[in-house]
Amino acid sequence: MNTPVEIREEGTAAVRPLLEIRDLAITFKTGGGDVNAVRNAHLTVMPGETVAIVGESGSGKSTTALAAIGLLPTNGRVSGGQILFDGEDISNAGEKRMIELRGNSIGMVPQDPMSNLNPVWKIGQQVRETLKANGLPDGPDDVAKVLSQAGLPDAARRAKQYPHEFSGGMRQRALIAIGLSCQPRLLIADEPTSALDVTVQRQILDHLDKMTTELGTAVLLITHDLGLAAERADKVVVMYRGQVVESGPSLELLRNPQHPYTQRLVSSAPSLASRRIQVAKEQGVESEDLLAPAEEGLVEAAKPDEVLKIENLRKVFKLRSGLGRSTDFTAVDDVSFSVKRGTTTAIVGESGSGKSTVAQMVLNLLQPTSGKIVFDGVDTSTLNAKEIFAFRRRVQPIFQDPYGSLDPMYNIFRTIEEPLRTHKIGTKASREKKVRELLDQVALPQSTMQRYPNELSGGQRQRVAIARALALDPEVIICDEAVSALDVLVQAQVLNLLADLQSRLGLTYLFITHDLAVVRQIADHVCVMEKGKLVETGSTDDVFDAPQMEYTKALLNAIPGAKLMLPPDVA
Amino acid sequence: MATYILKRFLQLIPVFLGATLLVYFLVFSLPGDPIVALFGDKPVNEAVAAKLRAQYHLDQPFWIQYLLYLKSIFTFDLGQDFSGRPIAAVLGEVFPVTARLAIMALIFEAVFGIIFGLIAGLRKGKLFDATVLVASLIVIGIPIFVLGFLLQFTIGVQLGWAKPTVSSAATVQDLILPAIVLGLGSFAYVLRLTRTSVIENMNADYVRTATAKGLSRFRVVRVHILRNSLIPVITFLGADLGSLMGGAIVTEGIFNVPGVGNRLYRAVLSGEGPTVVSIVTVLVLIYCLSNLLVDLLYAWLDPRIRYDS
Repeated sequence: MNTPVEIREEGTAAVRPLLEIRDLAITFKTGGGDVNAVRNAHLTVMPGETVAIVGESGSGKSTTALAAIGLLPTNGRVSGGQILFDGEDISNAGEKRMIELRGNSIGMVPQDPMSNLNPVWKIGQQVRETLKANGLPDGPDDVAKVLSQAGLPDAARRAKQYPHEFSGGMRQRALIAIGLSCQPRLLIADEPTSALDVTVQRQILDHLDKMTTELGTAVLLITHDLGLAAERADKVVVMYRGQVVESGPSLELLRNPQHPYTQRLVSSAPSLASRRIQVAKEQGVESEDLLAPAEEGLVEAAKPDEVLKIENLRKVFKLRSGLGRSTDFTAVDDVSFSVKRGTTTAIVGESGSGKSTVAQMVLNLLQPTSGKIVFDGVDTSTLNAKEIFAFRRRVQPIFQDPYGSLDPMYNIFRTIEEPLRTHKIGTKASREKKVRELLDQVALPQSTMQRYPNELSGGQRQRVAIARALALDPEVIICDEAVSALDVLVQAQVLNLLADLQSRLGLTYLFITHDLAVVRQIADHVCVMEKGKLVETGSTDDVFDAPQMEYTKALLNAIPGAKLMLPPDVA
Repeated sequence: MATYILKRFLQLIPVFLGATLLVYFLVFSLPGDPIVALFGDKPVNEAVAAKLRAQYHLDQPFWIQYLLYLKSIFTFDLGQDFSGRPIAAVLGEVFPVTARLAIMALIFEAVFGIIFGLIAGLRKGKLFDATVLVASLIVIGIPIFVLGFLLQFTIGVQLGWAKPTVSSAATVQDLILPAIVLGLGSFAYVLRLTRTSVIENMNADYVRTATAKGLSRFRVVRVHILRNSLIPVITFLGADLGSLMGGAIVTEGIFNVPGVGNRLYRAVLSGEGPTVVSIVTVLVLIYCLSNLLVDLLYAWLDPRIRYDS
């Protein structure tokens, strides 16, 4: 077990580290005084090695990485320690020296491909200026070569296009091309794929791996996903609240986490959890045992009737193409499935697969072009205004963005009480009692009632959104990417809460998500959608064990950490 | 793009008709008899007055007057003003002067507004930023006639750096001081707009990425911050050209500039319907065209904006 560590120590003695961060402290000047964002951080990257920093948002992982390339925000500064790049302390190096290093010694691939390319310049120009600034040949052929190496097809033509003409995956390839164009010795990759669909994610990471291996580039990978880190990196550094709490060779850290935070992370990272269920099943352990408490109590709660039945659902959007002409776009094409009371059905697919359109039609927010949605035996398209009002009481949504779906001008009490008032339920006193109960159910203190959404964390807001959805005692809850915006640990808590509420209240969930790892943990049935069509349905176990369609297999393979061999009792 | 421009030109027709009708009606409804006013203190000679009324169609009902006026426009004969000069000649005389003044003001506000705004934005919170912000508030706060007289007196009369009034030739040199006064308000606005826009863009992800590529600070500022920040500023400047042309009445009055504003003011006072309507119509057309220009510039600056398809 200890061999990898010894090897690493021997290696350190022989070769000089490319990047060494010692006792790094980073301070931000804010209105409320100085804030120490990073304290005593230390990490080492050897030439050609991939090191991952893992942590939740606000853990200081990105700040540490940005300090290494001298890109801290203007109110931040290195207040202690050293950043040694190839032996040279660059923690307080001048701007001139940093400009020399950036690009050709230290490259960067940023997080969000949508916002990191300048929208008003052509892709080719943005590559070209990088080459030019670092003294490399910058003719059209050189630009095209750089882009095609990053896996961009038809690069010469693509170079003449603007960022808005690119898909997210293509933009990320362009950013990788820019980051690696000057063959830096160290590449800082800050969540390089977290904004992309899973299958695209996998392709891009594979390609990045291949390129950095060929060029011998060392990579500092920043990620919130421990499974992804363990799969891609030689070493993992775990950061928590500005401090490095644990570091070591990836597999060892995963198998034998020492720090309590790492232990929690290992036990709840969705990619790892789903992998664990898989391994356990292969070894003959029933998945129900591991999924507790998600499926406990379900047996009594589940009545065999179908609360939702979707038949041949189709939705065609008219896309304007100028001067009164329009073309048809089929977002949902002949989709049929049914949801049994008290169970969880997940609709999985990538962006553009039509999964959210289905959710909106089920919620009666969007009219289907054809097909039927039968709720509790009644076709929802036949409902009149009054019946729709009653229908809304029984089917409630939880949306993806807890920042956007709560009214910032309403305090929490008013937010949760609003549906009760709208449906004229109870008196003022009984409504207040109900809100208190709901807050208890979602494990928020009752003092939260007086607070406003901006005073709460993402996880707390999503709990408020759940409480609001539960206020009317609905039978069905449609969760549209309800946990996608949350940090892994918070995600795990919210998923547990949903499972717990399901077993206590007999709720039915329709779970819309792009994240198969989450599906594995919560769903009983899975519907896989691709380009508007339902390509595969079945019980979660069947779909995960024996996927029938190529697309499903690709999605499953794309879960980070799928290649890792983990014993079921890890953590 | 050609279709779009054509469509925009066709839209000018109803705008032109609507504007002329409205302005003609307003002038028609002005109280007082312009012909009687022409006689001043002298006794009114009824025969002469009647002849004049017939000459200017003032004895006709409103609709006839308006249609006669439209006819004169399309036959390129705008008629005469009350002093007997062809209105077309009057327009040809006053518009070049005001156009010169407005363009000088526009250049002044654009160049200084953008430079000061850029520096203030890049040095957000520093002394320069704070000084410039306070100064711009003062400029916005003081009415233009106060600023105009103040600068005319100090710079023109006391210091003698520029001519306090404008000669009838209205040369570029004559117009420097009036152009500064005319452009000051918009200068402050351009400055603040540029500053806000620069600060917003400085924190954009693509600016950080550009820095991470190893670009020099100068190139990051010029290529990635400035160009993106100028999009809203140029929109404002284009629309401002129209207001500068029409809004120069006070400035032209202070500096005695023989331009549109002065002539329009006199025409309104003496109730010269055709002169007022002719000047305002040209102003409306300039306004429409400068708005079209802004929309085209906008598409050129930001490739995400396309008017076809």
